[in-house]
Amino acid sequence: MTTTGRNHDKPLLEVRNLHVAAGGVEILKGLDLTVNLGEVHAIMGPNGSGKSTLTNALAGKPEYVVTEGDVTYEGRNLLAMAPDKRALEGIFLAFQYPVELPGVREREFVKTALDAIRAHRGLEKLSVREFNKLFQEKITEMEMDADLVKRSVNVGFSGGEKKRNEILQLAMLEPKLALLDETDSGLDIDALKIVAKGVNKLRSPSRAIVIVTHYQRILNYITPDYVHVLLGGRIVRSAGRELALELEAKGYEWIKEAVESGKEISV
Amino acid sequence: MAQALATSDSYVTDFQALEGSLPDRGPEWLRDIRRQALTRFRELGFPTARRGNEKWKYTNVGPIADAAFSYPSDAGAELDLADIRRIVPWDDGWASIVFVNGRYSPALSSAAAPDAARVTSLAEAVRADGDIIESHLARHATFEDDGFTALNTAFLRDGAFVHVPEGVSFQSPLHLIFVTTDDTQPTVSYPRTLIVAGANSELTVIESYVSLTSARYFTDAVTEIVVGEGARVEHYKLLLESEEAFHVASSRVYQGPDSTFFSTLFARGAAIARNDIQVLLDAPGSSCFLNGLYVTTGSQHIDSYINIDHAKPHTTSRLYYRGILDGESRAVFGGTVFVRPGADKADAHQEDKNLILSENAQVASKPSLEIYADDVKCGHGATAGMIAEDAVFYMRSRGLDMETATAFLIRGFARGILDSIRVDRLRSFSERLTSRALRGSRFGLAS
Repeated sequence: MTTTGRNHDKPLLEVRNLHVAAGGVEILKGLDLTVNLGEVHAIMGPNGSGKSTLTNALAGKPEYVVTEGDVTYEGRNLLAMAPDKRALEGIFLAFQYPVELPGVREREFVKTALDAIRAHRGLEKLSVREFNKLFQEKITEMEMDADLVKRSVNVGFSGGEKKRNEILQLAMLEPKLALLDETDSGLDIDALKIVAKGVNKLRSPSRAIVIVTHYQRILNYITPDYVHVLLGGRIVRSAGRELALELEAKGYEWIKEAVESGKEISV
Repeated sequence: MAQALATSDSYVTDFQALEGSLPDRGPEWLRDIRRQALTRFRELGFPTARRGNEKWKYTNVGPIADAAFSYPSDAGAELDLADIRRIVPWDDGWASIVFVNGRYSPALSSAAAPDAARVTSLAEAVRADGDIIESHLARHATFEDDGFTALNTAFLRDGAFVHVPEGVSFQSPLHLIFVTTDDTQPTVSYPRTLIVAGANSELTVIESYVSLTSARYFTDAVTEIVVGEGARVEHYKLLLESEEAFHVASSRVYQGPDSTFFSTLFARGAAIARNDIQVLLDAPGSSCFLNGLYVTTGSQHIDSYINIDHAKPHTTSRLYYRGILDGESRAVFGGTVFVRPGADKADAHQEDKNLILSENAQVASKPSLEIYADDVKCGHGATAGMIAEDAVFYMRSRGLDMETATAFLIRGFARGILDSIRVDRLRSFSERLTSRALRGSRFGLAS
């Protein structure tokens, strides 16, 4: 398809000098990031560095106000798109705190989302039978209860179940750009392995994954192509997988001091 | 007040005309009750909001008192069953009894009464089932302090009678349909229902109040339900009056030992509606579960006034009401869980939650507890809130547009109550009506 050709020429996502404010406070202060199809990026940073602000702003959460800068997605202005339009175009945010939807049943919700996304891509709706089969496969992969489909979305789910449900939805909706906002927080090691397995299965030349995390633990299971350090609302270092290990060993203070003193770090 | 007197005079004139026209005025005890009720109505009149009357604090019945409603001298236009089937949940397997403008319609009611259970017109029952009627009719819904009940009782001539004898389990729902049709002038009807569930019996009954007119009219309904020892009654009420109608209903439930009363109200219709429900848990082991969903749009006003009386120890009550308010509508939720002295081990919870879709809609929600026993477990709560923006964003981030996301959330909220309806056909009917009710709003629901 011609669109595929175009995608090879341009980055999937290009963030330039992004400034974002929430509640009247500027949190992102000139962030740059380039993500190509097929890549896995990890964005690491201490609390308050702006990690969730970045993912929420990219997904279009209304209370995150872009005050300066540009975001281009598949060559188009992402910031002009409504949140649902971004989802239809292939962006998926796995929430740090998945929202409970009382009375909204998981199956109905995911089916409606998938129908909308497929329609946008010019694909037929899946039949109920096809959908159920696919959904059941993914539920099994995520080692979740079969009765999940009848339950209200995230209501009465444990913390780990909520996070697994995010990856389940990710697997069902097959986005081009998956943003994982601290998906590892609050997970025990078994749940973390399940989540990582689910994410790894989604690695593909036609998809990019951005993992936002405080700890490098999840990167033991999902190996990133690039690691970025987010500090004070900007990306201050970018390197390969080894940067995460360095951070793990030395902590964020090390890089904070290095940045403040203007020293280059070789890793 | 001269005007109130003039208004009540017109009801008195109607009453006298009715008394004069009845070929069979019924037994003496019933004639006495009717006359006493009329006298009491003339003394009480209609309650007004401004008399420091806590019961009617948030609902002004002035528009009802000020309007002139007349009691039609006959049932009016002939109806087809097809007309009725269009506007109610329908199942050929359900026994139904139909009242048109308050008058029993044998032609529209199902011919065969179900085995063992008795479903008939109250007028017929007064003739044939004298004792059981006399011991219950107007005994539970007293009219001493309630003008609307007094007026209904004064016009007590016809109505629905449902009786399930001891030990009989009747699973298929019985459907009582009260339909109002077009008339040349505003009319009033006085639906009256008596339901008696014998010891260890089981019964499901639906009361539907519907209309085939968009005109203004007034329904003044009274329902008495007696749940015998060990009996289980599942009761549903569909309130689908016209947008211009006034509906005032009093339901009085009396529960015997180890009895269960389960009730769900779906209230959609009427310009002004008042549902006054009172349950008397009069014996140990009795429990009631009251659910309600009111959906108000435009300038509607719906008032739910619910009192549960834990008169004896070891009694249980659960009350879950929800409201969805749009436009400039108003909802009122009031009432009390009352635990009498000595009613230890009473277990009560009541909750009213409201979803407000419009800045101009308002709810006054005041659940309360009055506890005079020591060893009880009671709780209550009320909430009112708008659509949760976090939830909308979560759904939009999955590709649902704003309207679809909001519709999902509203339906999800309604489901919290509608899922308690165990009659499938009635539940899906209520779900559809909820969606349809909000389709015109700024959160237009796709169904």
